[in-house]
Amino acid sequence: MDAMTSTDHNLKTTPKARKRSGYRVPLVLHLMVLPAVLLVFVFSYLPMGGIVMAFQDYKANLGFTGSPFVGLKHFRYMFENDYFMKITMNTLIFACSKIILNLIVPFSFALLLNEVRHMGFKRSIQTMVYLPHFLSWVTLSGILIDLLGQTGVVNQLLTFLFGMKPIFFLGDGTWFRLTIIFSDVWKEFGFNTIIFLAALSGINPALYEAAEVDGATRLKQTLHITIPSLTPILIVVATLALGSVLNANFDQVFNLYSPMIYQQGDIIDTFVYREGLLSGQFSFATAVSLFKSLIGLVLIIISYRLAYRFAGYRIF
Amino acid sequence: MYHKTLPYRVFNLLNYIVLAGISIVCLLPLYHLLMVSFSDTSAANAGRVTLWPIGFNWDAYAQTFGNHNFVTSLWVSVKRTVIGTALALAVNSIAAYALSKDNHVFRGRNIYLWYFVITMLFSAGLVPGYILILKLGLLNNLFALILPGLVAVYNIILLLNFFRSVPKELEEAAFIDGAGYLRTFISIFLPVSMPAIATIALFTMVGHWNSYFDGLIYMKGAENLPLASFMQTLIVQGNTTGFDPAVIANMSQRTLRASQIFISALPILLVYPFLQRFFVKGIVIGAVKE
Repeated sequence: MDAMTSTDHNLKTTPKARKRSGYRVPLVLHLMVLPAVLLVFVFSYLPMGGIVMAFQDYKANLGFTGSPFVGLKHFRYMFENDYFMKITMNTLIFACSKIILNLIVPFSFALLLNEVRHMGFKRSIQTMVYLPHFLSWVTLSGILIDLLGQTGVVNQLLTFLFGMKPIFFLGDGTWFRLTIIFSDVWKEFGFNTIIFLAALSGINPALYEAAEVDGATRLKQTLHITIPSLTPILIVVATLALGSVLNANFDQVFNLYSPMIYQQGDIIDTFVYREGLLSGQFSFATAVSLFKSLIGLVLIIISYRLAYRFAGYRIF
Repeated sequence: MYHKTLPYRVFNLLNYIVLAGISIVCLLPLYHLLMVSFSDTSAANAGRVTLWPIGFNWDAYAQTFGNHNFVTSLWVSVKRTVIGTALALAVNSIAAYALSKDNHVFRGRNIYLWYFVITMLFSAGLVPGYILILKLGLLNNLFALILPGLVAVYNIILLLNFFRSVPKELEEAAFIDGAGYLRTFISIFLPVSMPAIATIALFTMVGHWNSYFDGLIYMKGAENLPLASFMQTLIVQGNTTGFDPAVIANMSQRTLRASQIFISALPILLVYPFLQRFFVKGIVIGAVKE
């Protein structure tokens, strides 16, 4: 069909113009991509050259060419470092808990929302639960610091209802972890239901009508029609999430953590920021983030392969 | 009919209650904060404010807007959001249009696509990115906040998938009428793709408004700091420069913070309802392909 289009297009022109148009037509398309190509080159590909720092003892005054090469020194130091192992574990704990809960909660919520027949009610619920997704972690951490503080509403409520002593939600390692995981789910679960709601609206109503005729209850319909119909999209979302098991959400942790709970709350990305930009350990920080990027790359490739194999999913 | 049965009716009632409860939990924290910001300082500090302001007043807001640094950074944020969103829409949508052509029409399309997708899979990381901005001399320059994230590959793919769902006949008709690719893009594809464009505009605007980290590391002077970064220093780092020390001493930090947090979220709250109807449509069309 596209070949037809270009022939039609050329037919109206003179032979001379047609000869030129063989180049001209794609040239316009190349020019359309050009600004994006240049920007990506400068801001994504050029910095990749800077990765060489990870194998140097980079000094700003010596530059990339003058700084001495040290091979794998920074990587060796990284793997022998107990603290690095600790933050890797923290990162995995945060990311994996979030991935699992951010699948289960939105999926269940979408199923419940699907039962609502009153359209106005359904839409209001959606409006309310999508909102936190759009607020920044700066705003939300401000809110959480206030709510979860010693005299915050949450502690007051706990004291009032259960007579509990105030909990240091952001100052105690275990509570900090729970706060990070559940506040993330609170922020994102609503937005994550969108994809499931879209899949739900795509289920053929004839399936439900047939089940109805056969006398299936709504629970049976849900178990045997709704959930199986959502399984492919669930698999896609789950496998694609695999690519982010080292992304524990920098913005969230950065705005909520404090030196008190570094042992249980520090993650790779915040560590890279402190080492790199605050302490000026450019080379070591680059080595750590290179390690993270490479693992991430492998995981993403695996996850896309799996998504393609099990659900025929392609991004383009 | 299942919904007439008693068990289902009981379930339905409980379902409505649970859903309403969860939705309220999503909004309650923000609402509580708003009430704290309007309250009397002593009531707020004693933690007596819950769902209603005690001793209603605007002092915290007056103080926040009276801070010169706050107003300056508000202006920086407006600039970066407007310029950044306009540029991003122009660059990304035109690239997505070209890339939505089939490979035999636009030879090289697949190479370009991989060129972009690779940057989604692998990035150089924080430090090389920072050094690049340093070497380009973009420190303290508004474009340090706009250019690095301008090409959003995910958005290009979303738009590209949307453009591919536009009926081929529309484009053929335009070609027969003598329009070139650029004209077809502007007169045909842009107007019919408004839901997708609006979605991306929303995400880009929200992204710009909310992003604080680039401002924190690239902007050294207070006069260049975007609002989100300024808020981050106020709310998280507890910095109170620019406020009248005498007033601060009298005023509860808590009400002041609450007002700042609420103001920083306000623009998002204002545009959200208008664009909400677009983004659900846009995401669904871009993500779920036939």
